[in-house]
Amino acid sequence: MSIVANFDLVKGKLARIKGRKIEAPEFKAPVVKRPTGRSLDSFLGWRRENDRVGVRNHVLLLPLDDLSNAACEAVANNIKGTLAIPHAYGRLQFGEDLDVHFRTLIGTGSNPNVAAVIVIGIEDGWTKRVVDGIAKTGKPVVGFGIEGHGDIATIAKASYVAKEFVQWATELQREKCGIEELWVSTKCGESDTTTGLSSCPTVGNMYDKWIPRGVYGVFGETSEITGAEHLCKARAATPEVGERWYKMWKAYQDDVIEAHKTDDLSDSQPTKGNIAGGLTTIEEKALGNLEKIGRECTYIDILQPAEAPTKGPGLYYMDTSSAAAECVTLMAAGGYVVHTFPTGQGNVIGNPIVPVIKITGNPKTMRTMPEHIDVDVSGILRRDMTIPQAGDALIENIVRTANGRLTAAEALGHREFSMTKLYRSA
Amino acid sequence: MSKPHLLVHEKKDTVGVVVVEGLKAGTDMLCVVTHDNSDFRLTAKMDIPIGHKVALKDIKSGETIWKYGQDIGKAKADVKQGEHLHVHNAKTKRW
Repeated sequence: MSIVANFDLVKGKLARIKGRKIEAPEFKAPVVKRPTGRSLDSFLGWRRENDRVGVRNHVLLLPLDDLSNAACEAVANNIKGTLAIPHAYGRLQFGEDLDVHFRTLIGTGSNPNVAAVIVIGIEDGWTKRVVDGIAKTGKPVVGFGIEGHGDIATIAKASYVAKEFVQWATELQREKCGIEELWVSTKCGESDTTTGLSSCPTVGNMYDKWIPRGVYGVFGETSEITGAEHLCKARAATPEVGERWYKMWKAYQDDVIEAHKTDDLSDSQPTKGNIAGGLTTIEEKALGNLEKIGRECTYIDILQPAEAPTKGPGLYYMDTSSAAAECVTLMAAGGYVVHTFPTGQGNVIGNPIVPVIKITGNPKTMRTMPEHIDVDVSGILRRDMTIPQAGDALIENIVRTANGRLTAAEALGHREFSMTKLYRSA
Repeated sequence: MSKPHLLVHEKKDTVGVVVVEGLKAGTDMLCVVTHDNSDFRLTAKMDIPIGHKVALKDIKSGETIWKYGQDIGKAKADVKQGEHLHVHNAKTKRW
């Protein structure tokens, strides 16, 4: 759909292309023999210095703040095989908001999908804080402050280091790892009624099969549990964890929603996209959302935004926004290396360091935007695919992705890195 | 099993979800309850888009709407069996 306001100049052009269909050209798909008989119990990953296992091997240019994006992007342009992840914040934040900022940057650099990191900041002090945080993993990390040197000298110095890092990282070899070394996060987006019927229970089935085997899982989206909070609280591993979860959820209702709302939130939760897809109320959306944790799993702890789990293998709850890129960014900073993303109406999100696997059960979305979908479970709605079969298809796709297959979002260049901001900067 | 037009999560539910594109008024819908695979028929009273909900019984204004066997909000107008139920005639109880 074209949305045109006050642009007479382009109206004629839009009229000319209206109705013109752009379709994938007919082509004969190459016959590719995938290795057969490869076990779904193991994958090939990079074992890092701290013994965590990654499924990607990035050399990151990590800006401390918005001012340092340009230098990071210049280095990434100079040295091929590096990745800059620009973002909007990092100046004059304070208190809990600043804690989340540092946790997100340090967690992102520490993620095992990252081989080595160069941090660039406007000044040395906070730059060092991020470098020191990432250095605890044992991976190579170097920081540069721009003040007193300028962009050009900083870019030159950082480029020398980036080249060394890339050449070092590209020689690192994958090794065979058991699936219990995988950390798999989940969050859905552009949900509709089909997500609760198909793609969310598909993720739930994967967790029901994999959490007992020692995989780390995480779900979140605090605003989006509203309407299913009684069910979510009951899925805690112990009453004590359930009480802590409920307190966190209630604080969000009181401190964020009640404090800031200007209307009844009916245009934000559910979103316009959700409503177009048939979701009517937040309760309905929440019940579909919660299908992602399956039938058997219980969560063992509550994580702060971007906090890494410390209670061992199992399912965790992370207190996150329901905005897709913010949530996936926080979970990646928590150390998760693969993300599973059910969608109904067709969210196109990706992440710079974590492969985001998209699952849909909506046949219309499969028809209109198939290039964004990794796992098609629309057979569930036709009743020719069961939820356990869909769970197996997802597991196979996760293992293939962990082994190196690019997701649709990676192939399409989606690298949404969105910092969570709790309140105004000073 | 032939391809259903409408899926219902639980027996207790008072709405189901259209799972085919281009559903027309007057269609004699095959409805399947996913919980136990039981089925029934219902006539759609309107054209209803894929993903949108159909009332399985008459629902009075103010009455609770059930889906997933849970309370998903209330009707804000009377809704007849087979009619489209969405934001024009239903609302959250939360905000």
